[in-house]
Amino acid sequence: MTELSPLDAAGVDAAVEAALADIAAADSLDALKDARLAHTGDKAPLTLANRQIGQVAPEDKAVAGKTMGASRGRLNKALAERQAVLEAERDARVLVEETVDVTLPVNRHLTGARHPLESMQERMCDTFVAMGWEVAEGPEMEAEWFNFDALNFDPDHPAREMQDTFFIDPPEAGLLLRTHTSPVQIRAALERRDALANEGRGIYVVCPGKTFRTDELDATHTPVFHQIEGLAVDKGLTMAHLKGTLDAFARSLFGPDAVTRLRPSFFPFTEPSAEMDLRCFVCGGEDTACRTCSGTGWIEWGGCGMTHPNVLRAAGIDPEEYTAFAFGMGIERTLMFRHGVKDMRDMVEGDVRFSQQFGMEI
Amino acid sequence: MPKIPLKWLEESVDLVDGHSAEDVAAALSSVGLEEEGIEGGGVTGPLVIGRVMTLTKEVASNGKTVNYCRVDVGEHNDISDEDPAGLVPGHKPDHKEMFPASKGIVCGAHNFHEGDFVVCILPGGVLPGNFQIGGRKTYGHWSDGMICSSKELGLGEDHDGIIVLASPSGESDVTFPGLVSEGDLVPGASAISLLGLDEATLEINVTPDRGYSFSVRGVAREYSHATGQVFRDPADVAVTGSAGEGFAVAVEDQAPVRGTVGCDRFVARRLRGFDPTAASPAWMKRRLDQAGMRPISLAVDVTNYVMLELGQPLHAYDLGTLTEPIVVRRANAGEKLTTLDDAERALSPEDLLITDSQGGHGARAVGMAGVMGGAETEVSDATTDILLEAAHFDPITIARTARRHKLGSEASRRFERGVDTQLQVVAVERALSLMQEFGGGEIEDVYTDLNSVEAPRQIAMDIAFPSNLVGVEYTPDQVVSALEQVGCDVDRDYESLLVTPPTWRPDLTESVNLVEEVARLYGYENLPSVLPVAPPGRGLTHGQRVRRSVARTLAESGLTEVLTYPFIAESRLDELGIPDVDPRRDIVRLANPLSAELPIMRTTMLASLVDAVKVNLGRGEQDIAVYELGRAYQGKNIGDVHVADLTDGRITPDEIAALNAVLPGQERRVAGIMAGNRVRAGWNGHATVWSWDDSLAAVERVAAAAGIELVVTQGSRMPWHPGRGATYWLESGEFVAHAGELHPKVCETLGLPARSVAFEIVLDPLIAAGDGTIVEAVPVSQQVVAKEDFAFVVAADVAAGDLVGAVRAAGGDVVEDARVFDVYEGEQIGEGKKSLAVNVRLRAADHTLSGDEVLAVREAIIAAAAEKCEAFLR
Repeated sequence: MTELSPLDAAGVDAAVEAALADIAAADSLDALKDARLAHTGDKAPLTLANRQIGQVAPEDKAVAGKTMGASRGRLNKALAERQAVLEAERDARVLVEETVDVTLPVNRHLTGARHPLESMQERMCDTFVAMGWEVAEGPEMEAEWFNFDALNFDPDHPAREMQDTFFIDPPEAGLLLRTHTSPVQIRAALERRDALANEGRGIYVVCPGKTFRTDELDATHTPVFHQIEGLAVDKGLTMAHLKGTLDAFARSLFGPDAVTRLRPSFFPFTEPSAEMDLRCFVCGGEDTACRTCSGTGWIEWGGCGMTHPNVLRAAGIDPEEYTAFAFGMGIERTLMFRHGVKDMRDMVEGDVRFSQQFGMEI
Repeated sequence: MPKIPLKWLEESVDLVDGHSAEDVAAALSSVGLEEEGIEGGGVTGPLVIGRVMTLTKEVASNGKTVNYCRVDVGEHNDISDEDPAGLVPGHKPDHKEMFPASKGIVCGAHNFHEGDFVVCILPGGVLPGNFQIGGRKTYGHWSDGMICSSKELGLGEDHDGIIVLASPSGESDVTFPGLVSEGDLVPGASAISLLGLDEATLEINVTPDRGYSFSVRGVAREYSHATGQVFRDPADVAVTGSAGEGFAVAVEDQAPVRGTVGCDRFVARRLRGFDPTAASPAWMKRRLDQAGMRPISLAVDVTNYVMLELGQPLHAYDLGTLTEPIVVRRANAGEKLTTLDDAERALSPEDLLITDSQGGHGARAVGMAGVMGGAETEVSDATTDILLEAAHFDPITIARTARRHKLGSEASRRFERGVDTQLQVVAVERALSLMQEFGGGEIEDVYTDLNSVEAPRQIAMDIAFPSNLVGVEYTPDQVVSALEQVGCDVDRDYESLLVTPPTWRPDLTESVNLVEEVARLYGYENLPSVLPVAPPGRGLTHGQRVRRSVARTLAESGLTEVLTYPFIAESRLDELGIPDVDPRRDIVRLANPLSAELPIMRTTMLASLVDAVKVNLGRGEQDIAVYELGRAYQGKNIGDVHVADLTDGRITPDEIAALNAVLPGQERRVAGIMAGNRVRAGWNGHATVWSWDDSLAAVERVAAAAGIELVVTQGSRMPWHPGRGATYWLESGEFVAHAGELHPKVCETLGLPARSVAFEIVLDPLIAAGDGTIVEAVPVSQQVVAKEDFAFVVAADVAAGDLVGAVRAAGGDVVEDARVFDVYEGEQIGEGKKSLAVNVRLRAADHTLSGDEVLAVREAIIAAAAEKCEAFLR
């Protein structure tokens, strides 16, 4: 084979065309590498021709250089372009090949959950904290004075009997498991009475927590249960404020259309007293066969009223100067009708499946 | 709770036209009398008297014995019978041609016999609950309706079996004795009005302050308040005769309870020449039955009837068995009385008694005042002369006696809630005239009336007070009119009122009680809804925020929150291996536990938390991780101090402190138990079990949530494994937590999976330690980090924590972090030795450490490790 001369414009052009055809035909990066070697390697005709530029006549050098430079330029450009195309193709292919099945189970760690009674309590408290109220807490084992006497329970009130209240041994010690969170109202008021008297700072507290009564466990009763109570003491508070507070609370848990209703009732620690019902949030009172409200349109939710003057006196607050209202509801009961829990036992047995259906928030 | 037949109610108040029982219930609810149930009034269609002609007992394939009855239902016998005359395959041929005119009915009850008169609902009838009756095939027969029980008819749960109206053979017990006369017993006649089924009865819930609502009188007045309908007081009865020297009575209360004499009114009046065989009228029996009381005899029925109507309990004595005078006194020690229910009762010196003077002045007990009469002096079917008692007793005395003897009676329920003090003479008049009307006799002209009743106390009230407390603008006239409606006497002097409550409202003692009356009469439904504006609050406390973080961090690390009861058996502490002398043996015992098996309060959270683990194991779960935030209790101080009587109202800070000081220990805690896999096996990896280190990590996470760094020491106590447990402390040395693997013996005893792990943290000190702490920020260094690894060899018993401590101390301020990343024991290291690989990150705040500086630190670390832990580099 005769060597290609750098002055053989047609020959160089033919070699370039042959190279461009090979480059275009390269269907993989490896094939392109072969083509590059064949056409730009040490033994390639164009490489050899390029080396001969030094041997051509001086007057021809410029032409030879120009011819070879142009051919090298075309070749490199073609190589680079083809390289880019083939790399892009490879990258796309690799990404496709690396596809995984995202429907496989990925988390093998046990998933925890909060108990819904606890998250419900937190949610309820947050509603009040957002209104400027504070969350007050107190002991579960309580002195009878805080649980009954301070709350205007007559010493002969039936609730003070052993058939309703857990007493701590020996009974003469006057200690019991609190039957409601109301003693916390007294403690919270006692702690805040100076700020009320001296700074005119009204008392607005909610008291959530565990309470105890001697009921056997069944579908609707449990001896250990949870309540949230509220107490507001200020100048000029009325039953209308009580109703407004209950309506706001109901809306936060049951949506913007929630409405409450009060019915006259009796409690030792409030006067006037009321039972509080919630407009059925499922049927709105429209369905006589509604399971949530038994077709009555209303769900019994809790008790409330204007705090009895004797209770304020026990907390060191002058009932002539201040008025107060209080309310309380069962958290178990709220959970039952808000979430359709049918059996109280599910809440207390500790089966993790019960908590897990609620997750972290309620 | 009282049952009020609406027909009876109508005698004292006009019901709103077109009312339903539900409407009446709603009206009463709006003034505070909650509905408990509605009985009767729900039956329509053919409910008729039937006579059982034949009764064949058949044992059905399910083993139950049923009766196939042919019942004569008079005119209904001829109505085209759906009985297919035995033509349906499998039917027994009960077609009527085989029997005298009758219908075939299958009945499962067994309290009746052939010849009895019963109540049948026939096809086309409807029972309460909209239960439609039709003919149907049952037990191989065609049954054309039902023989009814009182329950099915909505007449209450008091009677078992079907209703037997009459049993000419005398073989069956008659359900409502004397309700029907012989003339009523016509087969086929409607039984609806006979049984009062056209009359609904409303059961209401009476709150403890409203004794007077335990009567038709009181409920009628309330209905009038709710609707504005006209009230007619049934106590408006003209009294004949006069008070004077009647049957001698003396009140001699030797030990008043809480300073109140047990009896402040005692009325007694005689009726002579009464016919003991006279029957109560059917309407009276029906009403008693509707109200839930059994008719007994005319004299007794009348006392009950008047009590239900007016609210005044009455007692009828057989005059012939009494010796004057009656003495009302407290029981003597050791005294006994056989009450009407034939129970002999040992009396307490606090019990108030009615005694007579047989065997001496006040020597013989004839009744427990206001609770139950005695058997010896009760009226019998031979009593012609009656002494009728109507008294007023101290509510507390009666309540205590009724509770002490577990003897709640119709009388005690009324007395303990308060009875009108001006009703006694009227009630006696009403009762004796009814007895006389139906049983004849002569009412004595003079009656005894011992009366030391105090007039109701006047209450002063500012006329604006109701508006100010309720938040509704009531006009002065509205306030006065509401109070007058409930029966108060109102004296108005400009802005101030002087209110005298009626004698039937002993609950009205202060101005706030009057406010409730005004508010409920104008309706709670008219209250405006006004949201009060609280002053800016301080948000959640540090403790409340930390507890939320703790709960969340544990849930996020895979544990599920549960809530267990704090009641445990003492043996649980044994099962946990807790030694006899241990703070966790300082127990709080309940005086009245729900279950004798669980009489104490948990002293450690784990004691009850293990039950949650067992529940989940029992339900097929193997990978378990549960936690609980709660309290454990300790008995310190109980019984040392008697809680002072502080009922005087004001409580001083010292008294609060004294009360708090005697409360049992009840620290907040959080505990967890984990068993099985923490990470499950899957396509992407192997399973990892919950291990001792996970329980320690949980404690660290909780501490981090509280913003506290704890000190850990080797070793724990029962129920933990002695070599695989850790104890955590605050810097101050206060104990905070235990964690680690549970003792193998404990797992075995409690049935927990082997190598279960657990932790228990006392939260209170952890929270207190971080309260008020403000973290001071250290600038984040921008300099280059130097990472140095060390492979130390130490004796096998050297604690990694000690080595890391030595490394940190030697490295000084430039040590950003130092941690053990590998532990190796094996032949290459040698017997009794181990290798601890430590990674140390070095960084200065202000410059990049030079090679020489890093080398110097490295040498210092090696020297310190050698000195403190006898460590050398591998």
